[in-house]
Amino acid sequence: MAQYLLSIQQPAGDPPAPEVLGPIMRDVTRVDDEIRAAGAWVFAAALFPPATATVLRPAGDDVLVTDGPYAEGKEHVGGFTVVDVPDLDAALEWGRRLARATTLPVEVRPVAGNGV
Amino acid sequence: MTGPGPAAVEAVFRSSYGRAVAVLTRLLGDIDAAEEAVQDAFATALQRWPAEGVPPSPAGWIVATARNRAIDRVRRESTRDTRHRAALLLQDPGPPPEEGAVRDDRLRLLFTCCHPALAPAARVALTLRLVGGLTTAEIAHAFLVPEATTAQRIVRAKAKIRDARIPYRVPREADLPDRLGGVLAVVYLVYTEGHTASSGDRLVRTDLCAEAVRLARELAELMPDEPEVLGLLALLLLGESRRAARVSPSGELVPLAGQDRRLWDADLVAEGQDLVRRCLRRDAPGPYQVQAAIQAVHSDPPPDWRQVVALYDHLLALTPSPVVALNRAVAVAEVSGPAAGLALVDALDLPRSHLLPAVRADLLRRLGRRAEAAAAYDRALALAGNAAERAFLARRRAEVSPSDGAGA
Repeated sequence: MAQYLLSIQQPAGDPPAPEVLGPIMRDVTRVDDEIRAAGAWVFAAALFPPATATVLRPAGDDVLVTDGPYAEGKEHVGGFTVVDVPDLDAALEWGRRLARATTLPVEVRPVAGNGV
Repeated sequence: MTGPGPAAVEAVFRSSYGRAVAVLTRLLGDIDAAEEAVQDAFATALQRWPAEGVPPSPAGWIVATARNRAIDRVRRESTRDTRHRAALLLQDPGPPPEEGAVRDDRLRLLFTCCHPALAPAARVALTLRLVGGLTTAEIAHAFLVPEATTAQRIVRAKAKIRDARIPYRVPREADLPDRLGGVLAVVYLVYTEGHTASSGDRLVRTDLCAEAVRLARELAELMPDEPEVLGLLALLLLGESRRAARVSPSGELVPLAGQDRRLWDADLVAEGQDLVRRCLRRDAPGPYQVQAAIQAVHSDPPPDWRQVVALYDHLLALTPSPVVALNRAVAVAEVSGPAAGLALVDALDLPRSHLLPAVRADLLRRLGRRAEAAAAYDRALALAGNAAERAFLARRRAEVSPSDGAGA
């Protein structure tokens, strides 16, 4: 088995209106339930917006603290799921369902060393 | 030396490299290790065959020798990981694998090389390398890219297959149409680049065409029940049948209507047309089959242009694209006259391609609108990258306005 990070690429700006977001969140929860039911679930989380981030940078013996995010971009990771599956095709299948549910691009990336 | 020379080994290499890598990849679970073992086996063949003669089953000999070389190698290296691999190998005492199992391995390798998670250029390079047995230098040369670029593409793609665990497997039934489409697209891309090289002096790169036909034949052998596989093979064979007629002795492109039919390869025409008939009986048309059907009509001159238009209508419904619409306009011009064709062409948008201005120029020429035709030839000439196409366009340009000379 191998672990994959499925990260949801969210565009910058305000989240969709509640009447749009409601059905999306229902669909996302359903996919999350399916991943758990299949025994593939390792971890999942939704993130607060990038403006809430704080960045730490090593500087000599010190570590500098600054307001985040680390990189401003048109998109950012809005949430992620880690799945444990036999191979990339299985990870892509969960990624496909997540992309449909969130209506957003999903990046699938293998976890090195089997997550150990 | 009296025995078989390097040429005999070379011939076996070309015909069995892919199958040997396919079998060894399954045994070793690693493409790099498989390639290394198969190359070791061919090096051994080069030493032994000249003295001992070519074995009765050269491909089986290569697989068996590669397997033994792989066992030697993992014993020598003998880390925990490789000892495990050696144990796996030894468990499988490996009588020469039977043809059915090899067939499955060859399909696995093809689907892995053409996995949608790999970049298109990497799929093409990997397929030619692993399935076709071409060297990195040959692939780089064929596509006119630096060898280092091709080498890096292949290394990265293999690393992704390993690290992201792209499975070594034939896709399940539900995914097959999609995934097969990806494999066919790779073979077709190899062919189109060979058929009309996007740049360079020669119109046709024979090596790439031959390689694409070989891959298509292999696919048809592996998946004889897939109509689109047969359609692609038919399309390539019908295209190949006219290769000798497509370029004049002076290296100029000769359009279909002006070709000397005696130069067509009658065997390839017959094989292609027969495949098209077999496809039609299946009644599951797809884009490759319809394109093959169009080429089959052209192979029976004079072509029935109404049928060609009807087939392009069908193709346009399956794969709406401006290039298909442009080809349809050419056929419409034959049925309803150049003005009707021109009206269709003028509604199309195909920036950066020389094809649209070239077709426009021809229709304007036939309508006697010489100045506009000359301007369209100039645009086509500015965009065409291939020397044979440019030579053809320049001559036509000179015919519509002799006083200006040959244009660009």
